[in-house]
Amino acid sequence: MSDDFYNHKFANGFTLVAEKMRGVRSAAFTLLLPAGAAFDPPDRGGLSAMLVDLIFRGAGSRNSRQVTTDLDNLGTQRGEGVEAVHTSHFAATLGTSLIATLEIYADIIRRPHLPADEVEAVRALALQELQALEDEPRQKIFVELRSRHYAYPFGRPTVGVRAALESATHDELTRHHARMCRAAGAILGVAGDIDWPKLRDAVDRLFGDWPPGDDIRLESGPRGLHTDHIEHESTQTQIGIAYPTVPYRDPEYFSAQGAVTVLSGGSSSRLFTEVREKRGLCYAVYASYHSLLDTGSVVCYAGTTNERAQETLDVTLAEIARVQRDVAADEVARAQAGLKSSIIMQGESSSARSASVAADWFHLGRVRSLAEMQSAIDALSPESIMNHLERHPPRDFTIVTLGPKSLEINLVGE
Amino acid sequence: MTSVNFKRIQLPNGLEIIGEVNPDARSAAVGFFVRTGARDEQPEIHGVSHFLEHMVFKGSERRSALDVNREFDEIGARYNAFTSEENTVFWGAVLPEYLPRLVDLLADMLRPSLRGDDFDMEKKVILEEIGMYQDQPTWTAYEAVMRQHFGPHPLGNSVLGTSDSVGSLARDQMKAYFDRRYVTSNILVAAAGKVDWPRFCELVTDACSTWPGGADPRDARPANGAGSVHVITQKKIQQEHVLLLAPAPPAESPDRFAADVLTTAVGDGGGSRLFWELVDPGLAETAELDYHEFNGAGTFMTYFGCDPDNLGENLARIRAIYAAVGADNIRPDELDQVKNKAAARIVLRSERPMGRLMPLGFNWIYRREYRTIDDDITTLQSVSRDDIARVLAAYPLDRVTTVAVGPLTDAEFRSKMAGVADS
Repeated sequence: MSDDFYNHKFANGFTLVAEKMRGVRSAAFTLLLPAGAAFDPPDRGGLSAMLVDLIFRGAGSRNSRQVTTDLDNLGTQRGEGVEAVHTSHFAATLGTSLIATLEIYADIIRRPHLPADEVEAVRALALQELQALEDEPRQKIFVELRSRHYAYPFGRPTVGVRAALESATHDELTRHHARMCRAAGAILGVAGDIDWPKLRDAVDRLFGDWPPGDDIRLESGPRGLHTDHIEHESTQTQIGIAYPTVPYRDPEYFSAQGAVTVLSGGSSSRLFTEVREKRGLCYAVYASYHSLLDTGSVVCYAGTTNERAQETLDVTLAEIARVQRDVAADEVARAQAGLKSSIIMQGESSSARSASVAADWFHLGRVRSLAEMQSAIDALSPESIMNHLERHPPRDFTIVTLGPKSLEINLVGE
Repeated sequence: MTSVNFKRIQLPNGLEIIGEVNPDARSAAVGFFVRTGARDEQPEIHGVSHFLEHMVFKGSERRSALDVNREFDEIGARYNAFTSEENTVFWGAVLPEYLPRLVDLLADMLRPSLRGDDFDMEKKVILEEIGMYQDQPTWTAYEAVMRQHFGPHPLGNSVLGTSDSVGSLARDQMKAYFDRRYVTSNILVAAAGKVDWPRFCELVTDACSTWPGGADPRDARPANGAGSVHVITQKKIQQEHVLLLAPAPPAESPDRFAADVLTTAVGDGGGSRLFWELVDPGLAETAELDYHEFNGAGTFMTYFGCDPDNLGENLARIRAIYAAVGADNIRPDELDQVKNKAAARIVLRSERPMGRLMPLGFNWIYRREYRTIDDDITTLQSVSRDDIARVLAAYPLDRVTTVAVGPLTDAEFRSKMAGVADS
């Protein structure tokens, strides 16, 4: 494969990282700004959530409608959201429209109008999003799980909290924006049909003179309850389980990913086989790997009718515990096949690659090449995975349930 | 995209195989499109198409359920299946070297054993799935609005069925349905991406030549909407979730591109009239208009979710938008904006073989037509305001069936609606 990687760190601390892809007509970018929910002032969770909407309501020379209309006319598909640590902006368009799209985004990010008369609309939407979450138990369980599993401020709800959303003022939003709007630590990941020198020059022109801003450190505080139940009138009980593992930048990351894939990669993996296929307890059950800079986590989900929730939880916990005792060679071979095919197929999508190169830069300060990932995946074996799990066994669980009735937590071997 | 080629053959038993071969792709995607779904079910077997979709993964004479799961994982496949009102589709995408194993597996699965113990176990999973959807107000609203809108017409059938209909379904009823519907005239095999076409045809021929022919035509009489109002009160829900369904051009109609452009201008997730009038001012969390096409019928479906206090205002604004569009059409600048947006969308979703597979299969199933990405873009660019006016004249946006799911009672909902009519 002949894909090319590039990067450039500007003097103000803004990083551009790019991958030129052959055979695609599109280009996509993922912009990670160090302005996620963790940076909201204490008790003011939701300012970032409101700002990510407000900054699109007029920026630079464009009013609110012109921002949207001009992006539409460039054929830009976009999405933005507040995450634990970052506010991220994603856009995909034809390669020929990439730089024109970035020009509009430079205004949105650096020169938003933040109109006072739009704050009430932004507030109403943020509050309705909170309300909608109550009607989506399958999403609410993750918000509740994260807020207990991660140390403060890393698990704060990205949608904000009601009291802060209700009382946020225009003044407060403007001040928060001024503090968060900074070049240092921002990462722009681009992938697709690109011309590197032109892209680098354009980004220099658009972001090179952006002031670096303050270096704001996030300090880890206390974490939440290890086990909890939330009363909810529903047909199904939602079960969320999280436990720590190594972060993405750890040399053992691929072993950790291998272990999660054995547990819940494809439909021959442990959870799907034991919980759904053999017992018919669930429609949806899975586990996946997530990483902050310094800590990794495995997050599991199961949703099941209330009468069968206890058995589902028991079987799920037993399967999590069993992986560290025995992993078979054929399971590892399947995990390897799945991981390899997903990284190669990612190479067909500029959107997926832009997210990957940005995330790699954040976690590693470089981009992992396809060859590096393939050789790390090839090196996986039952021993490497079990040895990893011996050093980093699943423990220190956070278990949250949402439904009409709480469950008993029967941990295996703790 | 210059080297992309369309291929088609038909086996002696009637099975059709089509492909869009792209030597530059990195993966290959294969789909078995079965022309059967909820609309092809009699009342006593409601939910059988979807249940059967699950049972196809439970193995054949040659494979157990666990074999099927294991083999998909051994070849690193991305794969899944879905059932709708009128199609059941099984698909997988793999690196090119695994294509033969993928074809062998999918083709074998399409002759399922339907073993009794697997049937009983999977019934539990389906009942869980029904439970999961029951907790989702938008799904509840969708099923209800289709039922209300189509009335006795089979397009109103629920894809999942109910706990009762699935609970009482017997294995032999499923087998009879399978024998009737999974015949070659109802199945299309399609491939997209890096495919060795002669080899692919050989593999499908070897695996599928013994499949029975025969025909079981669908009851495809035209359908029109009822125009009623139906309120489902669920006090535990916080938002009011509202669906409005109006008739739209059917899948066979050349006006489907114009219908698509119209709904994008009026009700796309961003930058549309519904967005600016309902979402941007903060009156609704979501407000969208979509076009859905079926055999002999189509729907314009409006969805919005909002705080119940805003319901009357939102309904009034939607009514005003639909009246204005009905009277004055969309503006030329809106038409241009939609064309720019939609052309890029077509390119973006077509980059992966997985993204090409569904349009490839459905264009053939509904219209026996092959269309390149450029064909779609050219047709899109040629849509005129006259085309849209013709659609609006035949299918006014405001001739709707209404369903609401949320905390409001029937009386409360109707009084807010009436407030709109009076104002």
